[in-house]
Amino acid sequence: MRLNLKIWRQAGPAATGHLEDYTADNVSPDMSFLEMLDVVNEGLARLGKDAIAFDSDCREGICGMCSLVVNGVPHGPDRGTTVCQLHMRRFKDGDTITIEPWRALAFPIVKDLVVDRGAFDRIIAAGGFVSVNCGGAPDGNTLPISKEIAEQAMDSAACIGCGACVAACKNASAHLFMSAKISHLALLPQGQVERHHRVMAMIDQADVEGFGSCSNEGECEAVCPKEIPISNIARMTREYVRALLVAGK
Amino acid sequence: MAITLDPKVPSGPIAEKWDRHKFAMKLVNPANKRKYTIIVVGTGLAGASAAASLGELGYNVLNFCIQDSPRRAHSIAAQGGINAAKNYQNDGDSVYRLFYDTVKGGDYRSREANVYRLAQLSVNIIDQCVAQGVPFAREYGGLLDNRSFGGAQVSRTFYARGQTGQQLLLGAYQSLMRQVQQKAVRLFPRREMLDVVLVDGKARGIVIRNLMTGAIEKYAGDAVILATGGYGTAYYLSTNAVNSNVTAAWRAHKRGALFANPCFTQIHPTCIPVSGPHQSKLTLMSESLRNDGRVWVPKNKGDRRPPDQIPEDERDYYLERKYPSFGNLVPRDVASRNAKQACDDGRGVGESGLAVYLDFKDAIGRIGVDSIKEKYGNLFQMYQKITDEDPYKVPMRIYPAMHYAMGGLWVDYNLMSTIPGLHVLGEANFSDHGANRLGASALMQGLADGYFVIPYTIGDYLAANPLPKLTIEHDAFKEAADNVQKRIDTLLSVKGAKTIRSIHRELGAVLWDDVGMSRNEAGLRRALERIPKLRDDFWHNVSVPGTPDNLNQSLEYAGRVADYLEFAELLTLDALNRRESCGGHFREESQTPENEALRDDANYSYAAAWEFKGVGKAPELHKEPLVFDEVHLTQRSYK
Repeated sequence: MRLNLKIWRQAGPAATGHLEDYTADNVSPDMSFLEMLDVVNEGLARLGKDAIAFDSDCREGICGMCSLVVNGVPHGPDRGTTVCQLHMRRFKDGDTITIEPWRALAFPIVKDLVVDRGAFDRIIAAGGFVSVNCGGAPDGNTLPISKEIAEQAMDSAACIGCGACVAACKNASAHLFMSAKISHLALLPQGQVERHHRVMAMIDQADVEGFGSCSNEGECEAVCPKEIPISNIARMTREYVRALLVAGK
Repeated sequence: MAITLDPKVPSGPIAEKWDRHKFAMKLVNPANKRKYTIIVVGTGLAGASAAASLGELGYNVLNFCIQDSPRRAHSIAAQGGINAAKNYQNDGDSVYRLFYDTVKGGDYRSREANVYRLAQLSVNIIDQCVAQGVPFAREYGGLLDNRSFGGAQVSRTFYARGQTGQQLLLGAYQSLMRQVQQKAVRLFPRREMLDVVLVDGKARGIVIRNLMTGAIEKYAGDAVILATGGYGTAYYLSTNAVNSNVTAAWRAHKRGALFANPCFTQIHPTCIPVSGPHQSKLTLMSESLRNDGRVWVPKNKGDRRPPDQIPEDERDYYLERKYPSFGNLVPRDVASRNAKQACDDGRGVGESGLAVYLDFKDAIGRIGVDSIKEKYGNLFQMYQKITDEDPYKVPMRIYPAMHYAMGGLWVDYNLMSTIPGLHVLGEANFSDHGANRLGASALMQGLADGYFVIPYTIGDYLAANPLPKLTIEHDAFKEAADNVQKRIDTLLSVKGAKTIRSIHRELGAVLWDDVGMSRNEAGLRRALERIPKLRDDFWHNVSVPGTPDNLNQSLEYAGRVADYLEFAELLTLDALNRRESCGGHFREESQTPENEALRDDANYSYAAAWEFKGVGKAPELHKEPLVFDEVHLTQRSYK
């Protein structure tokens, strides 16, 4: 296949970016999307030109590092798929593909297609944990947890923190990301003690970082590579109201 | 400096060594802990758990990682589970049995005392993770569920669907972020360690490159901990993340830390085969599939018919034929070698001929599509996404791939390398898995090292050693930073015509062909001739585009490949030195009449720890004799 690519190039955080045209030749349908970009970069290297910077690591959909907007959709056209798992057989010879970085105030561009997602780490640091020091934990079977609850908690805990939800949202809201962690811990007995503090602290931090609020469009759910549902956001809202009323926070 | 290889194994019966040692070790008074700065490199299971635990204790911790967030470390990709001797299933498990299975699984090439401690601590890990809110799988009664894994006859593997590594890492990451919030840990993402700084012979700091700005930065501390993972990507294609690398460990080696058993590499039998030269990594299909899938190739060489047109009597279910009692569930090393033999014999399948079938037809006939879907649905889906083939209808094609490094920097019982103050945890060290790692044991080791070993042993080091205050103004920091800068400048100045990737690919091919699943003297000598030539080619002809003063992924990659071009020689030399087969290291010269790995305990019952003498110069071999007081050495058999 031969593909026309329009790729966002931006020299640094403060530079002005633009879309630049590239051609990808001899693209095999068995290549992953990122392998196609590797080949483009090898071509640039042979010409001594600066490679297109993009993030990736595990290349099997679990580390959450890859972060490309493909034709306007974070992670591209396939549902429940990170862009590293997207394959070129999804495209046709002669297609034009636009590739952009996550765009959100809270995710400043580092270079080209690479963004800084430190804001997510700071939201977790604000309260996305259970405060147990190493050493004093009771036996793992002390607290029985129903299979159903454990499975629900796991559904939420599956979030890979990639930030596609933010990139898809017109408000650049981090609600799906936050609500996944809040749900995971609120569902389990271990998360009860800090339940109220957690939701308040994380939401406050998201405001500080410059993420927007949620207006219930559900674009986040549609692009989430782990298909985390927006029912998590409903649960987070209940947690928030509960913290306000019950705990008077 | 003369190297003394003292494993510092405590005296006493094996079951009491760790407890006695904990009491014998010196302590740092709580008020004094904050006066010590500890540098932790890496944020995988070992690094994150160590940084979090040391922060909780009150130390001042600096934690570095190459990714944009500590949560992305490659521990996150582990699928299957984590072993622990809880005996919740009442099936006869015990600390001693987990210890025994691990020593045997490692083909008797690990240090008994370390393995015993690992088995002891395994039970604490599960408790700690549950308390953090790790959503382990549960039974209907609400208690923790277990499953079985290779190399064990008890059910001791705890799991969170097929994402156990992710959930354990997020537990450690969340504990780490809590310490960051409390200002006990300072986090430095997108930083790559490029040298360790020694003052008076002790590790006192590191030099890193800030990957966002390109700045060379120096950090001083009282001790350094490396938790930087394994070296699988030396082979170019592996199941490792594309940024995994040996650089931090290798630079420490060049500063005097001995590298042990680098030839002990694990090739995983069930991976999706290579589809073309564009391939950047290989994807693992969990070994659990071999519970229901049958491995076969055509009986006749060069049979290119599609699988459904090959009649039953023209198929060779070679594992079932050769190993009737274990069948398709032989250990990883045996399954991998047999797949290679079938393909070398011209009976491989698929376009490349480098694959064997893993066929679920009989299992689907026996228990139905729905049961198979329930058990393996996510794996089948992943397979289909990558290959565009439906494994419910067409047999999977699988082939072995480089997966895990049992070798690593040599450490003593306290996890300290031969450089005082430099500690090494997790996959980056060599200590616990011998010549072959059992499934679900890597997560166990990473967390044991980080949560439960280093918090004790580092206190002993700090309390026992005078560590005068110093800053990054010390000359040793300048010398190290100058070295790092010089190497970067050289990389950028070559301006050749070859891409970094093309040279890495060549190196990978050399290692895979001659230092892969099956090794012999002639092949290893051939590799030892080719690697220095490749290294020469790299330094004369590589093209590293871009500038050093901003995010430059080509420069990062070039530095890692340059280190692999040095490391690969040591890996090969170690394989040449060890003229015996054991675990994942198969020397063709040393096999039983049935072509199984044959150990030579009389001559090779030692850990080979290599001392760096210069690039291209012969390293010096130091031997740590392995003494087995508890486990009786036997020949493994799976017939």
